[in-house]
Amino acid sequence: MSLGVLAEPFMQRAILACCLTGVVCACVGVVVITMRLAFIGVCMSHAAFAGALVGLLVGAPPLALAFPASLVAAGLVGPLADRSDFSPDTALGIIFASTLGASFIILGLMPGSKAPALGLLWGSVLTAGRIDLWILGGVTAAIVALALIFFKEVQAVVFDRRVAAAVGLPATALFYGILTAAGAAITASLHVVGGLLVFSLIINPAAAAQQLTYRLDHMLLIAAALGIVSALLGLAVSYLADLPSGAVIVVASSVVFGLAFAFSPKRRAVRAARGAA
Amino acid sequence: MALAVCIEDATVERGGRVALDRISLTVEPGLLLGVTGPNGSGKTTLLNLINGLLLPVSGHVEVLNEVVTPASSRRLRRRVAYLPQMAPPDPRMPVLVREVVLMGRYGRIGLGRRPGADDYAAASRAMQRVGLAELADRPIGQLSGGEQQRVALARALAQEATILLLDEPTTFLDQSARADLLELIAAIHAEGRLTTLLVSHELDFVRRICKRIVSLEQGRLTTTAEVAA
Repeated sequence: MSLGVLAEPFMQRAILACCLTGVVCACVGVVVITMRLAFIGVCMSHAAFAGALVGLLVGAPPLALAFPASLVAAGLVGPLADRSDFSPDTALGIIFASTLGASFIILGLMPGSKAPALGLLWGSVLTAGRIDLWILGGVTAAIVALALIFFKEVQAVVFDRRVAAAVGLPATALFYGILTAAGAAITASLHVVGGLLVFSLIINPAAAAQQLTYRLDHMLLIAAALGIVSALLGLAVSYLADLPSGAVIVVASSVVFGLAFAFSPKRRAVRAARGAA
Repeated sequence: MALAVCIEDATVERGGRVALDRISLTVEPGLLLGVTGPNGSGKTTLLNLINGLLLPVSGHVEVLNEVVTPASSRRLRRRVAYLPQMAPPDPRMPVLVREVVLMGRYGRIGLGRRPGADDYAAASRAMQRVGLAELADRPIGQLSGGEQQRVALARALAQEATILLLDEPTTFLDQSARADLLELIAAIHAEGRLTTLLVSHELDFVRRICKRIVSLEQGRLTTTAEVAA
């Protein structure tokens, strides 16, 4: 492959989209996995995909419906996670299956070519347009700015929502703000990695960063860097091997996680402590 | 003398059932009050009523001369330190001891503002007081249960609150750590005359250090006993 492809506008847009997706998904992922909310994110990403399909079906902009759909999923699962009389796993199972079922019904109802819908399912970074980049850039900038401004509040909520509330922070509002940010990140990333795969890019770089540090600020930076590396590595491999970009990006992020896990100083420390005990 | 806590005929409902049933309680400033009772009797609900995390469906609650309402409760929580009953955090939790203690200051610092030198100094003093200064840069998840409860106590001290609410602080601790923590609580109260409500199953110790003990059963205050000095 000639490096000349890097001068092509479509590839430059793809590289920028990868960098932005890597950063925004990783930032959200750090909060999601530290709070052990992976199940809410899975539901949100599938709901976003279903919403986008509804948009395609009725002729509306897909992302305009994906965002509210992801928030509806968060609004349903989030409160259930707080209730002691209802298992969050059950809520996950119901909403996950419902959104996926609804998605495939909409796919079946869709007349003509299914290519745009499948593009939202698997992602298509090489066709990212200017509007996709503006949306992705805007959401990334907003989430990074909010993370910088409200770092201490996010840190307290991530540590324990009851502690955050007990010291006088608006813990519930912050929690739903985090879910909204996750919904925005998922929606903005749909075009790049697709509705089925976006959540892997949220989880893997953050989980990899969690293996490498005990500080939340460092974890955010490492996760963002690993998110970019995963996305660019996946893009390069998918272009060279002519494979679906979204799927390869997700596999690349899994490889990055595997390496971080294998060389995790935290894991070694736990092992050493167990050996000493 | 103004009361630290004044609850009059308050009823609290949780999940559709009455958790506290028309209770009345007054707490004078500087008092160390023990709260006992079986599981599910409403002890934690009582603490959450005092710090405004729960509001009564009827009755009147006044804390530090301020009526507890939806509008006042968050402001009030900055002056009422609360140690909820907590399971040990995830060992991989990316938060250091110093940061957990500093969280006690977050309410008073304000949204979107960064901690200043005063806040770091208050956190350092609190860690010093509970004997954790050398663990300040350790990850919170790597501490023992007793050390983690000391961190929680340091967080409450860093808050420089007027009232301290402790909900079963010795749960998950072994016998030795329980005794150490309760001694520390008693010492901190003796030094600062901080109005303290201690929910605990350690009846012998509660009787030894508390000036007054109230008992709850099925959401009702059943006993109020003054303890002789």
